[in-house]
Amino acid sequence: MLDALQRLGLASLNTLERLGRGHLFLLNVLRGIPSLFLRFGLVVHQIYSVGVLSLLIVGVAGLFVGMVLALQGYNTLVDFGAEESLGVVVALTLVRELGPVVASLLFAGRAGSALTAEIGLMKATEQLSAMEMMAVDPLHRVIAPRFLAGFIALPLLAALFSAVGVLGGYFVGVGLLGVDEGAFWSQMQDSVDLYDDVLNGVIKSIVFGFVVTWIAVFEGYDATPTSEGVGRATTRTVVHSSLAVLGLDFVLTALMFGD
Amino acid sequence: MNHSRVVQIWVGLFVAIGLASLFMLAMKVSNISALTEQDGYVIKANFENIGGLKIRSPVTMAGVVIGRVSAIGFDRNTYEAVVSMTIDPNYDNIPEDTSASIFTSGLLGEQYIGLEAGGSPDYMKEGDSFQLTQSAVVLEKLIGQFLVSKADE
Repeated sequence: MLDALQRLGLASLNTLERLGRGHLFLLNVLRGIPSLFLRFGLVVHQIYSVGVLSLLIVGVAGLFVGMVLALQGYNTLVDFGAEESLGVVVALTLVRELGPVVASLLFAGRAGSALTAEIGLMKATEQLSAMEMMAVDPLHRVIAPRFLAGFIALPLLAALFSAVGVLGGYFVGVGLLGVDEGAFWSQMQDSVDLYDDVLNGVIKSIVFGFVVTWIAVFEGYDATPTSEGVGRATTRTVVHSSLAVLGLDFVLTALMFGD
Repeated sequence: MNHSRVVQIWVGLFVAIGLASLFMLAMKVSNISALTEQDGYVIKANFENIGGLKIRSPVTMAGVVIGRVSAIGFDRNTYEAVVSMTIDPNYDNIPEDTSASIFTSGLLGEQYIGLEAGGSPDYMKEGDSFQLTQSAVVLEKLIGQFLVSKADE
């Protein structure tokens, strides 16, 4: 009985300690960001590995999600003779929800895991300690550029996802299924609001970008410096950031579109 | 071309594509074109029932959108809805005895205000009100009337 209580207490203390370490870590990383603008080349290289290399998967996923949305939406709407609203369905779903959420999930799998593995391996091979020996703060030199790069890349990827998805919906809806082109665009423009829908979607993706990259770099920095520890940290990154994105999405949706 | 230049070009391309997507979402998908035509003059109309009319619903004349609903209020004294609509300044020759009705586009579509020009030589000015208005058709009312008239037969 006491043993069980002790285990529970230990587990809670460990979780709280990790949370605290995570927040202190974030604070230190954020403090390193202003000096990055003097050496922006570091960030550019990270944007390349985090953003440019994710372009293909995010673009293709967006195209197919938009196409499937159009196909499914058409089959439902045609029963009500409302297939002209297809543009509204596709655009609202993508801009409000699927764009930010699916792009973030893909980003966590494609870029977040790579970040964790890279930083974790740097720690395991004692590259981070070597930097400290040379009086270079690894938080400022290694972590902060990666954090800023993810934070910049994800909103752009999410916007790309939505835009490509709308085009995919357009190809299937107008090209394949014969929805009227004018109605497709005009109904979409009538119902999608620049501030309520597009801007809120962008805010969502900014929040997700912050959370996903934070989790990824922290898991890497906090990983047990063994090959097994790095593997576990990578898994945790994908699982935790996916869960965080889905949970936060509900909260943000309730705040933004609740009234 | 060295490696870092290639990387920088790719990043530049990536940022450009991302910003272009945002631009496309703003211009092509959302209603920014409707937001910019805010200027115009305001005319009011009282309706007994506005049904599902919303702010930013279109105001049309002969089927052409010439303005949008800018505000919907309630008159405490007459128990009627007061609808303010902003009309594009290009169309400043609406006769004073024009009538305003609330129509539905399609069977389940959005509701909009349709204007039917009168014959008066005087034109509407900022702040004027329509004298002739026709309320929205509420489907349940229509069905009720139909049932009553059937029962009478």
